[in-house]
This record gives sequence, C-alpha cells and structure tokens, in this order.
Amino acid sequence: MELMIFAGAALVKIAMVMIVVLLTVAFLTLAERKVLSWMQDRMGPMEVGPYGILQPIADGLKLFFKEDIIPSGANWLLFSLAPILSVVPALIGFAVIPYGPNQEMEIFGVTIKPFVITDINIGILYILAFASIGAYGIILGGWASNNKYSLLGGLRAAAQVISYELNIGLAIIGVIILSGSLSMVKIAEGQAGGFWHWYLFGGLQIVGFVVYVISAVAETNRLPFDLAEAESELVAGWMTEYSGMRFAFFFMAEYANMILVSCIAAVLFLGGYQSPFPHYIIEYLGFPGMKWVEAVVWFTVKVYFFLFLFFWIRATLPRLRYDQLMRFGWKVLLPLALANVLITSIVVYFVRQP
Amino acid sequence: MSGTEHLLYYLSDYFPILVFIAVAFAFGAGTLILSHFVQPKLPDAEKLSVYECGSEPFSDARMPFPVRYYIIAMLFVIFDIEILFLYPWAVAFDKIGMIGMAEMVIFIALFVVGYIYAWKKGALEWD
Repeated sequence: MELMIFAGAALVKIAMVMIVVLLTVAFLTLAERKVLSWMQDRMGPMEVGPYGILQPIADGLKLFFKEDIIPSGANWLLFSLAPILSVVPALIGFAVIPYGPNQEMEIFGVTIKPFVITDINIGILYILAFASIGAYGIILGGWASNNKYSLLGGLRAAAQVISYELNIGLAIIGVIILSGSLSMVKIAEGQAGGFWHWYLFGGLQIVGFVVYVISAVAETNRLPFDLAEAESELVAGWMTEYSGMRFAFFFMAEYANMILVSCIAAVLFLGGYQSPFPHYIIEYLGFPGMKWVEAVVWFTVKVYFFLFLFFWIRATLPRLRYDQLMRFGWKVLLPLALANVLITSIVVYFVRQP
Repeated sequence: MSGTEHLLYYLSDYFPILVFIAVAFAFGAGTLILSHFVQPKLPDAEKLSVYECGSEPFSDARMPFPVRYYIIAMLFVIFDIEILFLYPWAVAFDKIGMIGMAEMVIFIALFVVGYIYAWKKGALEWD
C-alpha cells in the first residue's frame, strides 16, 4: 500500500511537470516570435485567436497531421530514433529541479513533497550527464539523414555542444565549493535570507555566472551560437530532412533545453525559489502558511528572466563564425572558468579558516 | 537497517527518475505512432530524394570529414574526466583542509600543462 502511494505520487508529480513543461514549450515559441517582433517593430502572429495566442496550438496540430518523410538514402531506425533521443534527455532533467521549498504537504490525505520530483544527492551531475546524451540525438539525426547539410550540421553541433559542456562543468564548480553538495535542493536551500546570500552575489560567482550563461546559450544551439542550423549556409543543419512530428520533437527539445538551463541558472546562481528579501513578502503580510505560493512565483520570475535574455540576445547579436565560436569556447571561456575555480577555492578556504 | 534495506532506501530516490524516463519515452514513441496513423502518405521519388538546393543529389553524404572534429572529441574526453575529478573534491572541500587544497592545486597545474601543450600544438586552432 505504501509503495502504491509512493509510486502514485511520483507519477502524478511527473505528469504535472511534463504538462507544465510542454505547455511552456508551446507558448515559448509564441513568446519568442512576439518578443522578436516587438523588438523589430512588427506585430508578430496575429491571425489565430486574439493577438495570435492560439498560434502554438495551430502549429502543433499542423505538424501532427503532416507527412513524416524518410529520405530514400536514410537509415530508417536511427532517423526515427534521433528525435526521441533528443527530446527525452531534455525532459527528464526536470526531475531534480526544486520549484519551491522542500517541505512536506498533505494533499488529499497523502503526505508528499510536492515541489521536487526527487531529491537525489547528485542532482546537478545527473542533469549534466543527461544533457550530454542530447548531443547523440543531434549527431545521429545528422548522420542518418544521408544529406550533406545534415551531416555538417550534426558534426558542428556535436563539436560545439561538447566544447561548451566543459565550460558549463567548470563554471558550476565554484557553486559546489560554496554549497558543499551536488543536490539541487541543498544548493537552493543554502541561499536563503536575501539576495546577498545568492551565490552570484554572496559567493562572488560573477565570472562563473557569465561563463555559465554564455555556455548555456551555446549548449542549446541558440543564436548567436546556432552554427549547427545556420540558415544562410546549411539550410536547416541537422534538421534539413526532418518533417512533421519528428521535426516538432527537435524543436521541442531545443525549447525544453532552454527552460532547463534557465532553471539550473536560477537554482545555482539566483537562489532558485528563494525570495530576494530576508523573508517572503507574504510572511510580512501575515500568511506564513502561503509561503510556497510566493516561492513558486519567485522561481518562475527568475526562469522567465533567463528565457527573456535568450530572446533578447537573439534579437541583438549577429551569428559568429565557426572558428570564432571554437576559439572563444576553448581559449577564452575555459581559462576563465578554470581561474574562477582556483580563485574561489583559495578565497573560500581562507574565509572559512577559523 | 540491514544492508539490503539501506540500499533499497537509497535507491528509492532514483525510482521516480526511472518512471520519468519511461514516461518521456512513452510520450515520444506514442506521439510518433499516433501521428503515423493520421498523416497522409504520398511518397514519390522526387519527394524522397535528399535535399540539395534543388539540384540532383550527387555522391553519398557519408564521406570522410575533417580530422579536427576527432581532435576536439579527444580533448573533450580528457578534459571532461579531469573536470569530473574536481566534483568530489568540491563537495568534500570543507573536510579535506590544507592537504586537499594543495593536492588540487597540483592537479589543476597538471591540467594547465596539458592545456598549454594542446594550445601550442595547434589542436585548438580552427581554420
């Protein structure tokens, strides 16, 4: 019986998270088009529903009913597997993200911890490990298509993703030294008590934060680092031969990855669900029991700040050249991140000395 | 708690992740299969040929590609393993004191030597 409740609670939490993430992905495509349009003094999608708000649903339905073309020279199995291989790692990273305080609540007579699916003690390592698997989806898709543009796009994407993964791995070590734990829940809990306790400000992880954000943009293949699908040279990169629902999966993976890296940035550097003030505002107003509502709102605000940053960067910066991209990753960001690890460890060591 | 119980208790944290992987796979495969039943299937030779900007496709795409990608992949494996060694050190940072600190400075120094070697050899160049 206890096992049934445990499994049932896990399933309900997973279903909730997947629904929220997929809905966010859908409406993020609309948000991106709207934000880009407003930045370029256009209206953006306006036809489907009021102010184009139903556009993602129309897009989704259209892609669902479109023909899945498998080109004649393609490897059928890998061609079909690649979109799933890229969307699954992007979704399951959300299993360890704390969306709110890690407290027990009683819902319908069952006591669960509603704001994190599972708190494993190697949370951030788990996310990094599965993020690497996402690169397989891209390179397999590129190779299986038997198209020259796809192959070049897949190779570029793989080299880019693994190069910037190093920088992400190094950039977050500073945070781990400060928190002493790899668990996302513990990292978020360690930043309570106002914005000057967040690791970005309190831990002086500014270099780590900047390296992380730049690498995260590159890792998700977003502009100005979207060399893998550079429209002007590679048609659509590794997605050239994909159509219908398989194409939609690559698209979903890209946006889900954006949300995931934004969540990680919010948890590691901006305190996750923690309020920027010493207490939650709702506590000052006299409703301490409703603290979790505000915590979830703070988390959402921080994640959307990063998502907006993604759009803003896309509207502002032109695309890099491939040699510039690789040189920047290996010769600028990597030494910076390494220096950040060394300096953080030495400073933390001497500050914590009694 | 006995050893087995302890292990089970520990693994119970990972059970939701297994479920999540299964659900995500089911979502992916299920959507593809459902879509397979409702979509039109009107293939013809032109539609199934690979896209090469409208011209007739020539030669196979699976040809040799620049060796630089291999070099980047090898450098990634080496550096990524070195970075992974920093993780347990960072977690245990408060407990290992001066000796742990000094050891890691030496380790990072070795890391930097390899990095400078790769840089001087031109492995990081891309032209």
